[in-house]
Formats: sequence, C-alpha cells, structure tokens
Amino acid sequence: MEHVVDPLATKPSALRGQSETIFFVVMVVGLVVAPFVTYPLFLMQAMCFALFACAFNLLIGYVGLLSFGHALYFGWASYLSAHSAKVWGFPPEFAILTGTATAAVLGLLAGSLAIRRQGIYFAMITLALAQMMYFFALQAKFTGGEDGIQAVPRGYLFGVIDLKNEIAMYVVVLVVFLAGFLFIYRIIHSPFGEVLKAIRENEQRAISLGYKTDRYKLVAFVLSTTLAGLAGATKAIVLQLASLTDVNWPMSGEVVLMTLVGGLGTIFGPVVGSFVILVMQYKLSIVGEWVLVIQGMIFVACVLLFRRGIVGEIANWLRLRL
Amino acid sequence: MFEIFGVPSNALFGQLLIGLINGSFYALLSLGLAVIFGMLNIINFSHGAQYMLGAFVAYLLLQYSGLGYWPALIVAPILVGITGMIVERLMLRWLYKLDHLYGLLLTFGLALIFEGVTRNYFGSAGLPYTVPDSLQGGRNLGFMFLPNYRAWVIVASLTICFGTWFVIERTRLGAYLRAATENPTLVRAFGINVPRMITLTYGFGVALAAFAGVMAAPIYNVSPQMGSELIIVVFAVVVIGGMGSILGAIVTGFGLGVVEGLTKVFFPEASNTVIFVVMAIVLLVRPAGLFGRRA
Repeated sequence: MEHVVDPLATKPSALRGQSETIFFVVMVVGLVVAPFVTYPLFLMQAMCFALFACAFNLLIGYVGLLSFGHALYFGWASYLSAHSAKVWGFPPEFAILTGTATAAVLGLLAGSLAIRRQGIYFAMITLALAQMMYFFALQAKFTGGEDGIQAVPRGYLFGVIDLKNEIAMYVVVLVVFLAGFLFIYRIIHSPFGEVLKAIRENEQRAISLGYKTDRYKLVAFVLSTTLAGLAGATKAIVLQLASLTDVNWPMSGEVVLMTLVGGLGTIFGPVVGSFVILVMQYKLSIVGEWVLVIQGMIFVACVLLFRRGIVGEIANWLRLRL
Repeated sequence: MFEIFGVPSNALFGQLLIGLINGSFYALLSLGLAVIFGMLNIINFSHGAQYMLGAFVAYLLLQYSGLGYWPALIVAPILVGITGMIVERLMLRWLYKLDHLYGLLLTFGLALIFEGVTRNYFGSAGLPYTVPDSLQGGRNLGFMFLPNYRAWVIVASLTICFGTWFVIERTRLGAYLRAATENPTLVRAFGINVPRMITLTYGFGVALAAFAGVMAAPIYNVSPQMGSELIIVVFAVVVIGGMGSILGAIVTGFGLGVVEGLTKVFFPEASNTVIFVVMAIVLLVRPAGLFGRRA
C-alpha cells in the first residue's frame, strides 16, 4: 500500500501537534449544531455509517487487511438488535448490546478462518463468508426475508428516556458514535496499535521480532467487527428497520467506498467519506439506477487519481496528521 | 426408474447434470481469474460483469444484427476482450506497482459501472435467449434425459479449459507466459514484449469470461446481476482450489459444481451455501487450498 511520509517527522509546530484535537473539536461542534440545520434522521444515519466506516478503516488503514464482507457484521447486528427489541422486548440499550455481541461472535468465527490466508485471498474469503451469511439471512424465518424486520420499537432508554423523541435519539447516537470513534483512536495510538501498523508495513519483520501476528490480526478483526456491529445495531433502532440491504454485498462495497473517498488510514477520513457518500445518495436519488454507475466511477477515480482520499489529500497538503 | 439412497435416479442425475453445467461456468471463470492473477497480480472483480457483458453482447447481436448463437460465440468474446484490453491499457497498467488491493477496488468499481449501465437500459428482469436450432432437443440415455444444449456446454467448457491448460503448460507461448509470471524483468531482457503480453493475457481472460457468458445466455436468463451473483461463488472456488494451478482451477470448478448439484438433491436448503461451507472446511484443514502452494 502507498503511504504518506509521516508529516510529523519534521519539527512539529504547536498547531501541528494539536491538529487531531482541533479537528476533533470542530467535528463535535459540527455534530452538535447540525441537527438544528438539517434533518436529524439523516445525521443519525450518517453517524452510524461513519462509525461503520471507521471500524472498517481500523482493519484496512492500520493493519492493511481488506475485508470485503463487513456488511455481514453490520447487517447481522442490525437483525439481532431489531429482533431483540421487537420480539423479545429488550430495552434499546440491551438490544444494541445484543446486536454488537452477535457481530463480535461472528467476527471471531469469520476472522479465525480468514486470517489463515494473506493478501488478496483474505478479501475473497471475507466476501464469500459474508455471502454465505446473506443466504442464511434470506432463508431464516426471523429475519423476515425480503420484508426485513420493520417497525422496530425505539423503546425507553434505561426504562425512562423516550427515544421516540428525535433529540433524545440524536444524543444517544452522537454518544455512541463519539465513544466508538475515541475507542478506535485509542486503539490506534496504543502499543497494540503500533504492532498493528508494524504488521501492515512488514508482517515478516513483525514475526521475526517475536510478535504472534495472527493473534494481533484476529484481535484487530474482532474489534473492527464489533464496532461495525455497534453501528449496525444502533442503525436498526434509529431507522426502526433491519433489512437484507444491510447484509448484502453492495453494502460491503459501500463501506469500502466511503473509507476510500475519505482516505484510507486517516482517522477522520471515514467520517468525511460516509457523509459525502450519503449526501450524494440523497441528492442523486432522482437519477435512480445511475447511482450505481456513479459509485463505480468514484471508485475508479479514487484508485487512479487520488488514493489518499479527501482527508488524506488535505493532510498531505497542510502537512498535518489527521 | 430406480432409487439411489432413497432418491429417484432421474432426479439425482438431473441435479448432477445441473451441477456439471454450473461447474463448467465455475471452471471457466476461475480459470480466467487464475490466468489474469498469474500475469497481472490483480484479482479481476469485474470478471462476473464481463461474463454478463458477453451474454448481453450475444443478446444484442441477435436483436439488432440478426447474428445468431454461433457467430456470437466468436464475436462477443472478441468484442468484450477488446474492451478488456482497453481497460488494461488505460487503467490497470498504473496499478501494478501498488498493493493488490487497488486492483481489486478498481475492478470492483468497473463491475458496478457495467452492472449499473446494463440495469439502466435493460432493467433487472431477465431477458430470454433461445437455444440455437442445431442444439434443440435432446436424447434419452436410458437412465436420464440429456438436452443437447447442456451436453454441448459441458463438452465446450472442457475443451476450452484443457485447451488453455495445454497452451499454458505445453507450448512455447505458454512458456513465455509462465516465465513472465516468474520474472518479468528477465523475460523483457530477452527481447519479449512483456507489457503487450500482459495486455493480451488480460484480454484473453476477459474473453474467456465473455465466452462463458454467451454459453450461459440460453440456460439462465440474460440479466445485469447474473455476473455479481456468480463471481462471489467463483471467489470461493478460487480460495478452495488456490490460484497456483490451472488444472487445479478446472478440477475444483467442476468438482464444486457437482457437490452443489448433489446438495440440491439431499439437502436443498443448503444448496446456496454449500460451496462457502466447503471453503470454510478447506481453510481449516488445508489453509493453502487444495492445489495451492504455501506462499
């Protein structure tokens, strides 16, 4: 993979050292103000996808593993979250936990198979396993097949806060998103994260230094799927819907696209990318099927012309780390 | 009629035949993927879309220029192969020095474009393509009824597969190809035009996919999503077989088609997923794949 030379290698100024903090504050302020400007439902959906993309980016950006089947964890977490809220009558916090735990277990199973092969095979295995679970979702009774699980109750958070209130729901999603975002930030900047980056740069070397890279890769994979599950489970409560769209391969492609547009291996890239792609989908919903063609063109353009993505290009231009 | 393991024999043989037909397509497509991967180091995600394009070109040739199945079987692979070579020259060429992942992402984007464009013009519903007159009907083999067209697909696919194997493993041209796969710089120093060879290889791989598409047109309907459904299964086939060996790709393709056919008889609910389950088992038992070498 192509990597930007670390811009901090040169002497950091006060601003450069703080660039991540400044951008984080800007992002939080933006997300707090945004619901007064535009549709809260759209923003909530976008935050769920942003968390999904951040989780995906943890793998591709920091371990160099391309999982082409992340819809599996997003979609199945969404199903279990919706099912437990609607049929088992779980309160929303437990429904989200149920979905997230499902994704963690599935991630452990799929991950321990997929890390047995490297490189391009890893992508194909994750895609194939996701397709298998798509067929299970299609055939299983509880998923509602083509209809999906509709009219999922949002319920009362901790038994008291009514989430039918858009503001309350918005705050919950914002908290979930920021917690997930900061958790990923923490992972990346921990000693564990440094080992992950070492594996990305040169796995053989990391092995020779005594690291059991398979274990690191598996833990990173499970962390990523768990967070993708958290995003999917939250999305099911917000949109009150879990459907086959969430678990099918185009969704896996979409999260790749969001991350690629925003910038692989940048912390803010996936967030920017998912907002850009979702806005594009809303604006272009009038052109119908052409959305697929446009998405394909963006893929091609990103790969050929700007592999760093939006945030990566900006960071490179300003010589900052974002 | 007699029974085998409590299943009527004609149902069993019928599903075995369908398995062999599906296996023909798995083999042709995974063969193309393996050939392209060997030379370009790229997993061609648009392989399924190019298979679909082959079927559409055959359909359009019949609708608008009256060219029937047999000419289409030649013309469609050539046309789609040429578009493939253009793609290689204009786009893929810039990615060889980068990580494999970018090739996968670029061809995934191309697959979306191809599928999106055909969906816009032809809708998602399948379009029918009739079996050519010369292959109408079938024959009774005593234990089952064998439609002529299906017999032709299996024979043609086997011929193409083993022809490709022969060219790559047993001829001078194939020797150049294998040498360029191992060490392109050295082969170039011998005065062989490796970039042109890469372009032609990609074109050939894509043409194989289109050829499979034309053959598939009378069996399945011609539809924009016919490729994306297939390519993921073919990826699993490739993971099971490993891309190191041409013969491995062929054997795995046919073998898994038969396994899938048998599953339809004995446990129909699992027929969609059986190949993925086999993949998981192979990964547990033989992580490098059935015919793969440990990299």
